[in-house]
Amino acid sequence: MPPLDSTTSITPELIAAHGITREEYVRIQGILGRDPNITELGMFSVMWSEHCSYKNSKPILKLFSKMNAALPRQENLLVKPGQENAGIVDIGDGLAVCFKIESHNHPSAIEPFQGAATGVGGILRDIFTMGARPVLLMNSLRFGDLSQPVSQRLFRGVVAGIAHYGNCMGIPTVGGDIYFDASYEGNPLVNAMALGIIKKNEIVRGAATGVGNPVYYVGATTGRDGLGGAAFASKELSEASHEDRPAVQVGDPFMEKLLMEACLELLKTDALVGMQDMGAAGLTCAGCETASRASTGVEIDLMHVPRRESGMIPYEILLSESQERMLVIVKKGKEKDVERIFEKWDLHAVKIGEVTKGDKYRVLNEGQVAAEIPAKALADDGPVYVRDEEVPAYLAEAQKLDLTAVKEVKDFNSVLKRLLTYPSIACKAWVWQQYDHMVRTDTVFYPGHDAALIRIKGTQKGIAVSTDCNSLYVYLDPHEGGKIAVAEAARNVVCSGARPIGVTNCLNFGNPMKPDIFWQFHQAVSGMIESCTALEVPVTGGNVSFYNESPQGAIYPTPTIGVVGLLENIDKRVPSAFQTEGDVIFLAGETFNELGGSHYLMIEHSLKKGLPPRLDLKREKALQQFLLAAADGKKLASCHDLSEGGLALALAECCLKSESSLGASVKDLGEIRKHQAGLRTDALYFGESQSRAILSVKPEHREEVKRLALKQGVALYEIGEVGGDALGIEDRVHLPVSEIRKLFDSAIPNIMEIP
Amino acid sequence: MKAAVIVFPGSNCDTDCFHALRDTVKVAVEYVWHKERNLPKVDLVVIPGGFSYGDYLRTGAIARFSPVMESVTKHAGEGRAVIGICNGFQILLEAGLLPGAMLRNKTLEFICRHTWIRTEENLTIFTGKIEVGETLCIPIAHGEGNYYCDEETLKALHDNSQVVFRYASREGKLGDRFNPNGSLDHIAGIVNKKKNVLGMMPHPERASEELLGSSDGSKIWNSILSALG
Repeated sequence: MPPLDSTTSITPELIAAHGITREEYVRIQGILGRDPNITELGMFSVMWSEHCSYKNSKPILKLFSKMNAALPRQENLLVKPGQENAGIVDIGDGLAVCFKIESHNHPSAIEPFQGAATGVGGILRDIFTMGARPVLLMNSLRFGDLSQPVSQRLFRGVVAGIAHYGNCMGIPTVGGDIYFDASYEGNPLVNAMALGIIKKNEIVRGAATGVGNPVYYVGATTGRDGLGGAAFASKELSEASHEDRPAVQVGDPFMEKLLMEACLELLKTDALVGMQDMGAAGLTCAGCETASRASTGVEIDLMHVPRRESGMIPYEILLSESQERMLVIVKKGKEKDVERIFEKWDLHAVKIGEVTKGDKYRVLNEGQVAAEIPAKALADDGPVYVRDEEVPAYLAEAQKLDLTAVKEVKDFNSVLKRLLTYPSIACKAWVWQQYDHMVRTDTVFYPGHDAALIRIKGTQKGIAVSTDCNSLYVYLDPHEGGKIAVAEAARNVVCSGARPIGVTNCLNFGNPMKPDIFWQFHQAVSGMIESCTALEVPVTGGNVSFYNESPQGAIYPTPTIGVVGLLENIDKRVPSAFQTEGDVIFLAGETFNELGGSHYLMIEHSLKKGLPPRLDLKREKALQQFLLAAADGKKLASCHDLSEGGLALALAECCLKSESSLGASVKDLGEIRKHQAGLRTDALYFGESQSRAILSVKPEHREEVKRLALKQGVALYEIGEVGGDALGIEDRVHLPVSEIRKLFDSAIPNIMEIP
Repeated sequence: MKAAVIVFPGSNCDTDCFHALRDTVKVAVEYVWHKERNLPKVDLVVIPGGFSYGDYLRTGAIARFSPVMESVTKHAGEGRAVIGICNGFQILLEAGLLPGAMLRNKTLEFICRHTWIRTEENLTIFTGKIEVGETLCIPIAHGEGNYYCDEETLKALHDNSQVVFRYASREGKLGDRFNPNGSLDHIAGIVNKKKNVLGMMPHPERASEELLGSSDGSKIWNSILSALG
């Protein structure tokens, strides 16, 4: 590459090297009325990358806004998706929750520790930028087959990186989900979610309003790290990706902790006008987005930008993705108040420019104009493409499944044991014990529950959160898989007694230029929308991560869902595991002959085939309403959602997660069989039919629970009783709880712990 | 009783200690910023957990130079109560208010989970309301809690009844499998010779309400309250 200074001439090669097409370049010329200089070319390149501009996904993402607008009760949505750094939902009593999920897949593939750590740092900044104090972290992770050393290395590094950042910040990592599958080999997924609490009247906008107001640069110094990270995230990973290592940033959670405290302290003064973090596309993005949101101009002088390296040129300063930096717009005349706060926290706070009239983002350097671009054009008027779609070639074959050719396995004890030790299912304590999941003393349900649950001090309220996505379902049927991802995450939240109030998503897909990938993307989104509509939960925003491909091909399409639920009274929470000997066990929901896409089929028959279970949203909604009503009346001792591994695995989990290893005796599933003629026993035990849950209920609440189920039209089967020290299901399963607990607990440590 | 919670840059259990003292123990408590040279008039100083100065250099190594530490040392020297929890314990070690040092956990990984600790001494202001041998369920959350000291120091600790808490089973049995971090002699908490300065790795502030899974930590707070009034 030639030196990138003012003498650089803009050649077609240079334009191509910036990932800008010929048409896009013509558009840039039109906007500027001239050729861009090299600095401006770099700025357009990052802002118009998929990562920042959503140029390939915008037409599809608009469907979320359209759906939101048609929902009842949308007055609770305080910020529209995409409008600000994170979504905000009203939870009453003057409070709101601010949350978002975001990917850091590509950096984590190259450098797992720092990639994952800075992913956490970035999502936290998105939350406190809005004025909210982050109170919890979650993460959704995908790795290749865990028997592979490379997967173990990535897994170990990512977990340590998340722990490093979250623990130091003092924000508990309270849950998430992890799957291992060969499709993620070489392209792991690291999706981090954060949630903050904010007073409704203290929401900060990322807008540069008020001509003449000073613009401050706050936090860490600017270096060459992370140069062009947004552009890097917008291409496929290849053998040469390791050369992109400089595009991976290095995180300093201590700096971010100071930055967070200082910003939240600033919020309490009347000096703050707007705030925006410098994440992807750094100073370029922060400058043009704040100006664009306020329909103003912003002028900055790079001379004032604190740097950690000498000899940096405007191109590098503007594109740097050094971490832990913020742009803060403050009221003119209040500069001293602002500087005093940052000084207290030993942070740089430097005035680098001001809000100007007009619409330009103007960058000065050594008395010269280094760049001058209409802010809106850079931030919002990027190209938008409607990509071609095509049904993938694999689909028809993958969906084919002849169940008559699938032999029922005889020994169900062995099946259950294999499921319990399968890494995607097995206990993840090895992971979450590395995360401080208790700091802030709000965590009520620790990781391992269907949903994480925190209390909000000073109120009766609790917030439940779940992340989920069974990507094999999405691979086999993107529409149904997208539907299920939303419904299941919502069901998890409901099982804890909380009502879902918002959805955030992180849409991880392959290369959108490939019509079959784009078809998956569109289908999955339309499925998600169907579920959100039926369950009446708005989508508050999220993130798209394309180009998740390694030389082996694209990952399974993975639209990770984060659902946030509100529990008005924390005393009405419902745990996942059995509580007391003698409680009655119910199965709620219908079981069908559905084995397609199941873990049973995958593990016992080496088949990743068939149609995933069908999700009937009427049935799903009825189940959720029934569970919420029963929880509200304090009629449930425990409630656990059925997912991978079906009924048998759910029962095993209810036992092994109970505090005193309570057993269960499930004597008769005859009623269920009677209801579904021809139901295979393996489908009954291990099938993954949707809209089901295992409840345990005190005997005196039995009739009331039956009445509530009847009222919602939910099928409810009394199948057994909590007690003993073994799990017994008819004459097919009999295992001591101590044994299944040991298998479940030791599977991942056996692989990961150095002997 | 009045308490002060010291806040260093990077402290992150400061608000938790404040909440436990104010809302569950119901005592007057205030924050003291580390740049303050003088402590307010208080009976108890709490040095909370977290990552003071990002744990750069060594855990607690930089915090001990914070201006407030001179007053804390003076407060301790006058025989008044100081409790350092987790990173607070590490700071007390670095400041020389307690003997010994911390190594990385034997697993080399950060560990956050509930542990059982056995009360070894109750002739201290921190444990007066707890029976000797009584076990408490209190969580740990640290990467460097592997307490270490030389033989002579260890002997002195035992001779002077300075070992206050040791990791144990729920029933109070000692053993490597109940020791989460590999600490010497299963030590979880110690006091100074005068028994007015306690350092402990487990977090009593996280075990002060049943809602959070355990309220055993309250026994420590209540002991302090009863001793100091």
